[in-house]
Amino acid sequence: MQLQQMYQEIILDHYKNPHGRGLRDPFDAESFQVNPTCGDEVTLRVKLDGETVADVSYDGQGCSISQASTSVLTDLVVGKPVGEAFKKMDAFVELMQSRGQIEPDEDVLEDGIAFAGVSKYPARVKCALLGWMAFKDAVARSQGAA
Amino acid sequence: MTTTAAPLDVTALRADFPILSRTVRDGKRLVYLDSGATSQRPTQVLDAEKAFLQEHNAAVHRGAHQLAEEATDAYEGARQRIADFVGADFGELVFTKNATEGFNLVAYAMGNAATSGPEAKRFVVGPGDEIVVTEMEHHANLVPWQQLAARTGATLKWFGLTSDGRLDLSDVDSVITPRTKVVAFTHQSNVTGVINPVDVLVAAARKVGALTVLDACQSVPHGPVDFRELGVDFASFSGHKMLGPSGIGVLYGRRELLEALPPFITGGSMIELVKMEGSTFAPPPQRFEAGSPMTSQAVGLGAAVDYLGVVGMERIHAHEHALTVAALEGLSAVQGVRLIGPSDAVHRGGAVPFEIEGVHPHDAGQVLDSLGIAVRVGHHCAWPLHRCLNAQSSVRATFYLYNTLDEVDALVDGVREAQKFFGVA
Repeated sequence: MQLQQMYQEIILDHYKNPHGRGLRDPFDAESFQVNPTCGDEVTLRVKLDGETVADVSYDGQGCSISQASTSVLTDLVVGKPVGEAFKKMDAFVELMQSRGQIEPDEDVLEDGIAFAGVSKYPARVKCALLGWMAFKDAVARSQGAA
Repeated sequence: MTTTAAPLDVTALRADFPILSRTVRDGKRLVYLDSGATSQRPTQVLDAEKAFLQEHNAAVHRGAHQLAEEATDAYEGARQRIADFVGADFGELVFTKNATEGFNLVAYAMGNAATSGPEAKRFVVGPGDEIVVTEMEHHANLVPWQQLAARTGATLKWFGLTSDGRLDLSDVDSVITPRTKVVAFTHQSNVTGVINPVDVLVAAARKVGALTVLDACQSVPHGPVDFRELGVDFASFSGHKMLGPSGIGVLYGRRELLEALPPFITGGSMIELVKMEGSTFAPPPQRFEAGSPMTSQAVGLGAAVDYLGVVGMERIHAHEHALTVAALEGLSAVQGVRLIGPSDAVHRGGAVPFEIEGVHPHDAGQVLDSLGIAVRVGHHCAWPLHRCLNAQSSVRATFYLYNTLDEVDALVDGVREAQKFFGVA
């Protein structure tokens, strides 16, 4: 059934038990992003240690897709060099824009591959990318401030 | 209008709407509960548009040929029938691209009044003046007024809401004061379906000489509306919410006001005399219809009001009321559902917004969609209303003449299904 294809167990697990949730100090920069069509919002903080993503913390209100994808984001980028984190982000964005046409690479995206089914629903792509847009913005702000 | 009319024969009506018999998401019967966003069109409207394009298509108000004459007759004939439908005179209706443009037309024209002739003086707003709106407005009847205030230095004020989502009119005179220049408000909320007491607000505005601007997007399609009787100065509504085409809206303005109102969009068709040094403008409604207008859309909207007129607006309103009562009853019986806005159907049209505890509206909408049920999720272009009623967003079901009690049951079952799927039942 289509619904299960979209709401993979992995997504529902991250939704119910989010990783890294809650705003933490210290941080270098914070980004607030909102999806104007549904009002979902996320506030996300980034702490860099040189070129490494030392911590990502976040809070927000949103649907299972936006909350789960932000939870997966923290798993994927914390402890990684910024360049590698951005490569993962690019891979995730490409997957979300694929309309279900590409096979995701589990080595790169780990739990993020569960969102392949979401990419078939254009209205939900924005949900899945909300946290990632905040991450990109917060890193840019951190680097700009440095 | 009669109030004792026979109920609608919905089965027969539905046959006029081909889209309602299609299936979605792997063969699910379509349950369309999103007419508040856009309504479906009957074959009568589609045929009228097609016939116009196949037989009479030409640019209106120009050209010396027969097609141009026929096209102009069809366009202006539609204006007349729409005017009759809403209790207005022929010259009091302006075609716009949508209802949003209608509100912007009034707001921008008022902004232009300061640099226009003495006849436009009554429209001038500036520092010290007040513009009044309400917290339940669709963004279309809110943002243009915020912007007018920002451009002119006027102050924006608003009526708040009671906890059940009705306008708080406990102290009208403190909101509408002698400083008030405009009172812009919705006839019927696009989120909660609440129908506002137009008479109270019109009386208060008149007392201080303020203009009234009515958002009629959700009232004109769903019940009998007579602008002359309501006594409002301006009103705006859209074609696509009343069985008509998208790409067309209608602005109503009392004749003497339209005659004095400066233009908003300028260019061809709206002029009287053009010289290099300057231009004079055509009388209304042409003054407000610059450029080549939409034609098949106007004809389609004319056919839509013909259709609605035959069915009967009283009957449509009564039918939607019955569906609303059933939906409120059905949903409030589901544990974990919170209705947003009034819990009753008094002074209310066919819109029912709600939240499901533990299931985000976007996720609820997805489950309903998988069952073939089309609803709106989000804040429905009424963010302040949601904030005011402590909802981040909501699921909204809206009803029209073609919806059935079976579809209300399907909605309620779908909500239980969503609870089961997300493990909160």
